[in-house]
Amino acid sequence: MSVTYLEAIREAQAHALRDDPRVFIYGQDVGVFGGAHKATKNLAREFPGRVLDSPISEDAIMGLAVGAAIEGLRPIVEMQFADFSTVGFNQIVNQAATLFWRTNVPCPVTVRLPFGGTSGSGPFHSQCMETVYAHYPGLIVLTPATVEDAYSMLLEAVAIDDPVIFCEHKFLYYHLKAEKLPSEALPVGKARIAREGRDMTVVTYSAMVHEALEAAKELAPEGWEVEVVDLRSVKPMDTDTVMASVARTGRLLCVGEAWSWGGVTAEIIARVTSEGYGLLDAPPQRLNAKDTPVPYHPNLWAAHRPTARAIAAAARKLLRL
Amino acid sequence: MLQTVLEPGTAENTALFRETYLAAYRFMLLARLLDDKFAALWRSGRIHGGVFLGRGQEALSAAAGVSLKKGDVFAPLIRDAAGRLAFGETVLDAARTYLGSALGPMRGRDGNVHRGKPKEGYLPMISHLGAMISVVNGILLARRFKKIPGTVGVASVGDGATSTGAFHEALNQAAVEKLPLVLIVANNQYAYSTPTSRQFACRDLADKAVGYGVEAGSVDGTDLDACLKTVGRAVARARAGRGPQMVVATLLRLCGHGEHDDAGYIDPKLKKTPAGRDCLKVAEEHLLRQKWAESATLTAWRSEAIHEIEQVIAQVQREPAPDPFAEEWRAISSKQLSETHDESEN
Repeated sequence: MSVTYLEAIREAQAHALRDDPRVFIYGQDVGVFGGAHKATKNLAREFPGRVLDSPISEDAIMGLAVGAAIEGLRPIVEMQFADFSTVGFNQIVNQAATLFWRTNVPCPVTVRLPFGGTSGSGPFHSQCMETVYAHYPGLIVLTPATVEDAYSMLLEAVAIDDPVIFCEHKFLYYHLKAEKLPSEALPVGKARIAREGRDMTVVTYSAMVHEALEAAKELAPEGWEVEVVDLRSVKPMDTDTVMASVARTGRLLCVGEAWSWGGVTAEIIARVTSEGYGLLDAPPQRLNAKDTPVPYHPNLWAAHRPTARAIAAAARKLLRL
Repeated sequence: MLQTVLEPGTAENTALFRETYLAAYRFMLLARLLDDKFAALWRSGRIHGGVFLGRGQEALSAAAGVSLKKGDVFAPLIRDAAGRLAFGETVLDAARTYLGSALGPMRGRDGNVHRGKPKEGYLPMISHLGAMISVVNGILLARRFKKIPGTVGVASVGDGATSTGAFHEALNQAAVEKLPLVLIVANNQYAYSTPTSRQFACRDLADKAVGYGVEAGSVDGTDLDACLKTVGRAVARARAGRGPQMVVATLLRLCGHGEHDDAGYIDPKLKKTPAGRDCLKVAEEHLLRQKWAESATLTAWRSEAIHEIEQVIAQVQREPAPDPFAEEWRAISSKQLSETHDESEN
């Protein structure tokens, strides 16, 4: 028996629906059809009246979720693709994210964003939105990299009293398997050392964790021990774990599948250089997707985003500095 | 109210309607005087930020407020001082928000018309037009989930908001879910400075409702009598389970978009049309004509309202302003997940 990242997300939702009568799911095609990615497969049947198909109206989907949250429910919204959340952007950043600050009324909405590149998906089904949402006060942004985290962090997201942007990577949906679902987990807000090493630190999250682990494996025979930090949540960002790792290794490479400008990787470097300048033996580096829309063709796509090979190359360069 | 509007003929209902009318009128009057006070305070520099008046829209707004009852939902917009008061907002909460008192519902974190108490079904508007409609939908859907029957939600918008995607998405959503939403559209002829000819091309905004499968009614927004009946009927229909209702009121904004705006763009001819009438005067004439109130009574009510407003303003002006050093700079309720601590440690 094994469970995929996608199944973990489905199971977490089933668990939440079972345990908490306040939970319901709302989104396009999530009902009997089970969602474009099948993340809500069979849930409409198991939980009648609590898994609702919405019109193609991302703005109204989010607005409705906020209203339901005000009324004490715990909506889980599925944006069919993270890219489409831009249509509901206003309700996310101006309605959901400001509610608690303005009124002292919490807004427990979980917004699931199937995100990130898969080969052939092109500019409008591949985007990484974590940076955009992390920019806004009032939102929590989670980026699970493992099956276990996909499950435990989604359950925790639903329990959190604030709006959570849950970035689930589509590339990991089927690629990633675990033996079983976890019974315990690190809490949201804590990063994880995915691989220990003493020569340099790679800080990354979501699908890039696996690329970074591959790169670390590639560098091991060359004598380099690369530490990989999986942020797990980009907001809040566990700066302490990152700093402790950099204190051990003296070298920092940040990797993100999102665009670089003002992004998560920039934020990590800003924090490490401003708070831990003395820990660094070399200038911190980062590796992101190229500053163009995400290309369709597999040749272009593979060159557009960071890969294990590109991370290894960047790491070698940094290790020689 | 429900019986009144559906069967206006009986003597008992006539008496009930008169009471409703009088109550609505007094909210209109209080709102007008409160707005005037805010404008005066703004001109003397004692209100920070904008001031937005409901002048000319009080009849429609008050009709919305008095048609709702406790437990209902109201998402007012910028020209709804009357409806807010009728829905239960106090002059004190309004004044505290405009004057930035730390004791107000928004605690200086938001101001002027951006005020509300979500847990009491009174939603604080964001500035993006049409955005509150789907939030009302969410509350109504949640009530259905929780098997709380009989709730009605009113969302208030203007002619400008009917052009937004949010309006379209939310009205369609309400229709799909058959929610007891009453969408009140105040067609006040201008969205800021843009006339309706540059806003929409349909003959009548009420025609839009057909496309959503929503019942709609049009009303003279300057006539409290008509507003009470039309809005009351829409609320009763929504409460009876007939799905979303739309009310389009024709009126004229008798002020600028905000007090910073001299409204020089308003066509003077419009002011001479029926839509340009002052609804407060129309209501007063109606009261006198019907002998529901005497001139001296109206004067007394006005003095009472002014007295209340002056007392409240005097009190609020003595209240503390928010203190940036005491402020908890945290945008989420989960303390352990807040990043704010980084700043305080630095």
